[in-house]
Amino acid sequence: MAEVEIKNFNVNLGPQHPAAHGVLRLVLELDGEVVERADPHIGLLHRGTEKLIEHKTYLQSLPYFDRLDYTSPMAQGHAFCLAAEKLLGLEVPPRGKYLRVLFAEITRLMNHILNVTTQGNDVGAVTPVLWGFEERERLMTFYEHASGARMHAAYFRIGGVHRDITPKLRDEIYAFCERFPGVLDDIEGLLTENRIFKQRNVDIGVVTAEEAFERGFSGVMLRGSGVPWDLRKAQPYEIYDKLDFDIPVGKHGDCYDRYLCRMEEMHQSIRMMKQCLDEMPEGPVLAEDPKVVPPRRAEMKGSMESLINHFKLYTEGVRIPAGETYTAIETPKGEFAVYLVSDGTNRPYRCKIRSPAFNHLQSIEHLVRGHMLADVVAVIGTLDVVFGEVDR
Amino acid sequence: MNEALTELGEHIAAALPQEVTGFEVAFGELTVLTRPEFVLRVLAFLRDDSDCRFKLLMDVCGVDYPERAQRFDVVYNLLSLSLNQRVRVKLRTDEETPVPSAVGLFKSAGWFEREAWDMYGIMFSDHPDLRRILSDYGFEGHPLRKDFPLTGRVEVRYDDEEKRIVYEPVRLTQEFRRFDFLSPWEGARAVPSGDEKGEAGDDQESRS
Repeated sequence: MAEVEIKNFNVNLGPQHPAAHGVLRLVLELDGEVVERADPHIGLLHRGTEKLIEHKTYLQSLPYFDRLDYTSPMAQGHAFCLAAEKLLGLEVPPRGKYLRVLFAEITRLMNHILNVTTQGNDVGAVTPVLWGFEERERLMTFYEHASGARMHAAYFRIGGVHRDITPKLRDEIYAFCERFPGVLDDIEGLLTENRIFKQRNVDIGVVTAEEAFERGFSGVMLRGSGVPWDLRKAQPYEIYDKLDFDIPVGKHGDCYDRYLCRMEEMHQSIRMMKQCLDEMPEGPVLAEDPKVVPPRRAEMKGSMESLINHFKLYTEGVRIPAGETYTAIETPKGEFAVYLVSDGTNRPYRCKIRSPAFNHLQSIEHLVRGHMLADVVAVIGTLDVVFGEVDR
Repeated sequence: MNEALTELGEHIAAALPQEVTGFEVAFGELTVLTRPEFVLRVLAFLRDDSDCRFKLLMDVCGVDYPERAQRFDVVYNLLSLSLNQRVRVKLRTDEETPVPSAVGLFKSAGWFEREAWDMYGIMFSDHPDLRRILSDYGFEGHPLRKDFPLTGRVEVRYDDEEKRIVYEPVRLTQEFRRFDFLSPWEGARAVPSGDEKGEAGDDQESRS
């Protein structure tokens, strides 16, 4: 029989594909069913956030951050607020810090619920999504109670948080913390020891610690490879140094270990939320600095000066002293940072958004080469990419 | 915190007297200044020196200052897990001078440099794959440059007659308006009397 030359096969995964988690166009070169090359084409959701921010005042820039990673909205605005506060030298009052941490952990739960359950969905388990999203909707209700919006909350402001929470919301969050571990156990019961789930995830997309370093990984991608590194512990911001929590670390650096890390992180988040609710002091939630923080509504009704001040802050905005800072926080996906350059005016001169998923996605070729086509889906899931944040 | 950073900065400056042109500590962050031709040596030193071990390159980005002769800043942000410190390496370049690519030292530099190329047109020599990354296929210009208009130059729509997406120059029913809300009374800047508002406005324009 004559020899037949077999050519490699090129497949376009996405940009419209349920397992692409958004608009990822992944050009795959396949040898049979084995991936030889993976070239992600990104930018289909590029909205020019950084350019827009350069043309807006600091307060107007804030809502853009909620729209970056829309599965964990509040976390990115947090980094921007911290960066601006660093340049201003502004201290957030204690209650504001506790509220920020409380909502940062709610956000972490939202993100991990979405990631873990859709990863289950991608490899064939449908039920966890349904169970998880029911709880996720409750978390969004907390967002709504606190800020008025389910997703794009713009709740964290320069100087603290926008409004205080009500005692009713506090009780509701507490009740959620009591009940949610049961739901997590149910989801774990479906996935953790599930034979199919393990076959699809164990030893897939293995990253060693050394590889994770040279690829600049952060968050669960780093911890799954056995590196105990979490900015909440290592470079604590807000009140994380006062909270008692553990950092789960994986052993093998595969998709399964990262799934386990995320599950455990959810338990730790619940622990932190309870501590925040228990220890939260009374007091203001926004710093009292009339140059930065607008007056409260009630004051404006009776005081002319407050009204003028409010008008000035919502037209001219806040002036931030000249300087530059790279402020990083631990968002659910990893190290999210804002490199903020201010020239002393009311608009950011440059605001580079360093998103973890952008960096993780560039290593996808390394992770999937030699794996089967079906494993690509599991790897995209474990990278936890959301395109609002990758494309910015 | 600041003393440790100053010490670290002095250590780096002493070890690389020719390459490092200066360092500064501000807002609890260390910035090391260098020049394009030396950047790889500086980064390699920061990664390999036993007192530094900045093994993670977290970010590379550009900043545009169009009024300068060397208009771009290229900024590298590194992280050391063992020191629990960050360092920022900064250098200046212009549109023609390429910066050696850091991909050989840190794999994470790949897409960050592609982004800087796409957004600012900063050239990176020896980059294995310096394509555009975020902008459209066939896009022209570098959108994050300060002289690139916010509204862009072209817009797309689906043409029903040609049955394809067509690109057309941007048409605005109203010019994009950029309001100057900056108060002329704050931030002491010497301007001739009677011309405060005008000066402040001009200054804004040249920056945008």
